[in-house]
Amino acid sequence: MASICSVLPALLCKFPAIDDGTIRLARKTIDDGFKGFVRSYGDAIDTVVQPLQWFLNYLEGAFVASPWILVLIVMVGVVYYGSRNVNITIGTALSMIAIGLVGLWNDTMITLAMVTVCTLISILIGIPIGILMARSDRVQSVVNPVLDVMQTMPSFVYLIPVVMIFGIGKVPGLIAVVIYAVPPMIRLTNLGIRLVDQEVLEAADAFGSSAWQKLKNVQMPLALPTIMAGINQTIMMSLAMVVVASMIGVGGLGKNVLQAIANQFFTVGFLNGFALVGIAIIFDRTSQAFGRRLQKHSEVIHG
Amino acid sequence: MASHAIEVKNLYKIFGPRGGDYVDAVKRGLGKAELNEKHGHVLGLQDINISMPAGGVMVVMGLSGSGKSTLIRHINRLIDPTAGEVLYDGVDVCKMSDNDLREFRRHKTAMVFQKFALLPHRTVLDNTVYGLEIQGVGKAESEKRARGWIDRVGLQGFENHYPNQLSGGMQQRVGLARALTNDADILLMDEAYSALDPLIRVDMQTVLLDLQKELKKTVVFITHDLDEALRLGDKIAILRDGRVVQQGTGQQIVLSPADDYITAFVKEVNRGRVINVETIMRPLSGNPEGMPLAMGMVLESAARAMTGAHVNAAHVVDENGRPIGALDLPTIISAMVTPTSHEDKRAA
Repeated sequence: MASICSVLPALLCKFPAIDDGTIRLARKTIDDGFKGFVRSYGDAIDTVVQPLQWFLNYLEGAFVASPWILVLIVMVGVVYYGSRNVNITIGTALSMIAIGLVGLWNDTMITLAMVTVCTLISILIGIPIGILMARSDRVQSVVNPVLDVMQTMPSFVYLIPVVMIFGIGKVPGLIAVVIYAVPPMIRLTNLGIRLVDQEVLEAADAFGSSAWQKLKNVQMPLALPTIMAGINQTIMMSLAMVVVASMIGVGGLGKNVLQAIANQFFTVGFLNGFALVGIAIIFDRTSQAFGRRLQKHSEVIHG
Repeated sequence: MASHAIEVKNLYKIFGPRGGDYVDAVKRGLGKAELNEKHGHVLGLQDINISMPAGGVMVVMGLSGSGKSTLIRHINRLIDPTAGEVLYDGVDVCKMSDNDLREFRRHKTAMVFQKFALLPHRTVLDNTVYGLEIQGVGKAESEKRARGWIDRVGLQGFENHYPNQLSGGMQQRVGLARALTNDADILLMDEAYSALDPLIRVDMQTVLLDLQKELKKTVVFITHDLDEALRLGDKIAILRDGRVVQQGTGQQIVLSPADDYITAFVKEVNRGRVINVETIMRPLSGNPEGMPLAMGMVLESAARAMTGAHVNAAHVVDENGRPIGALDLPTIISAMVTPTSHEDKRAA
C-alpha cells in the first residue's frame, strides 16, 4: 500500500476529511441548537404529551391493581371473542398462569399496558398516514424514505433526542416504541389500499361514489387483511422494543431483562424472556385468527 | 321516465401525457402506428360520431384493441376524452363539474362489467343495494327494491351468499341486478357476457331482452361477438382501430358490409336469423298468393312457417294486414345460404 501511496498524490490516498475543527463546530452548533429548542419548548411539548401519560398510567393502574383472576377472565374472554378458537384460548390461560406462578404477574401487566397503548397509538397514527400515502404518489415518495430511516436507524440512536426532549420515563419510552413500531402499520395500510382490485374501484366510481364512500365501502374493507397483518407486525415490534425502552425508564419485563443482562442473571433473563414470548404468541395468534375470521367471505369458493 | 338519446360527436381519445397536442395531427391523417412509434402516444378513439337511440339497445362491436371499452367509458366519463362531446339530454358529459358528474353517475347511469366487479366482502343483497346506498336511499327502501330485482334476474334464495360462492353466470346476474336496482336511464354493459359460457350467455341475453321490452332503457352494449350484437342490437356500430367502420341495423350490416373487414365478420353469421322478409320480397304483382307473413319476421321463422304449412308462396303484410310484397320458398332459402355480395346489393 505504501508503495502505491508514494506515487499517488496525497489527496487520493488518504480520504480528505473535513477538518476536526469544522466538524466540532458543526456538532456543537447543532447540539446547542437542539438543546436550546428543548429548553424553550420543552414545557409545551410536555403539556402536549401529558394525555399520553394519563392514559398510560390509568391503563397500567387498571391492569396492575385489578385482582389477577379478573384480568385473566377478561383476557381469556377477549382472546376467545377475537379468535373463536378453543386451543388459542386454553393456551392463553395456561401461559398466563405459568407467568403468574413464576412471580412475573405484575411486571407482565405493566408490559401489557405499555404494548396496548403503543399499539393503539401506532394504529391511530399509522392508518391515516397509510391512507394518505396510498392516495398520492408524491406523499408516498416522501414518507417512504422516512420510514426506511425509522426502521434501519439503530433504536439506541433515536433514544438520545427522545430522552433529551422528554427526559427519562414512560412517555419517552412509549414514543420510542411507537417510532419503532409504526412503520409496518403505515406501509401495510398503504400497500393494502394500493392492491385493491382496479375493476372494483372502477365499479365504485361508475356508481358515483365519493372519495369517502370509496374509502369506506371498498378500499378499507378490501385492504383489511393486509391492514390486520400490519397490526400484527406492529404488536410484535412493540413487544421487541419495550425491552430496549427499559433503558430509558420503562418498567415491566424489559426492566428485568435489562437487569439480568447487567448482572448475568441467566435464569431471570430467560424467565422474563419467555414471558415476553408468551405474550407475543398470544397477541399474534389472536390477531391472526381475528383477521382470518373477518375474511370469512373469501373462504367458501364456488366449486 | 323517458329515456334520452346519447349523442357522441367528434370524439377523440389519445392516451399519453400530451394527448391533446396530437389531436390536430390525427385529424390531418396521422395514423395509429405512426403516432405510437414517433410520439409514444396511443390512439384510442378517432372521430367517433354515433347517435345512440333513446330507449333502444346500441351495440358497439369490435375486436380487442378496437377501442370499444374506451368508448363506453366516455359515456359516464370513467375516461376523459381528448376532444369531442358526449351529449345526454342536451348536456355535455365531458364538461360536467365533479359534483354534477357524480350526480349523473348516481342517477342517470348504471354499469355492468365484464369481470363482474362485485364487492367480495358483501353478500348478494348488499352488493345489489350498492348504488342506492351511494345515493343515500334508506336501508329498508333500498333492500326492498333490491330484492325485487334479485328475484327478476332469478337469484331468489341467494341473497345472503357471497359472490365467490356463486358461478360466473350467477355473479353476472348480481351485476345486472345491481345495475337495474339503480333505476337509471342509461344501462352500460361492458362486455357483460363475454366471460360467460355460450349457453349461459344466450340465457342472459334473453334476460336482457325480456327486461328491455318493459324497461325501455337506453342500453349501450359492448361485445366482440357478432351473433350477440345482431341478437341484441337495435343499432350496431363496428369499431376498428378506434374508428367506426360501419353503423346501422343488423340487417344493413349483414346485407351490405362496408368493407372486407366486415365482410369477413358477417360471413359466419346465421343470416336466417338476421334478415327480415320485407328485405328480400319482390313487389306485389296481381293478387297476394299463399300464406301471409308479418313484416319484421326473420327468414328462418318464415321458412319454418311455410314448410310447416306446406306452401311454396307467401306474401308479406304490414301492421294493418295489408299485403305489401310477395316471396317464395326458394328465394328465402337462397337468401339464407348465399351471401348477397356487396355489389349485388348495390345493384338491387
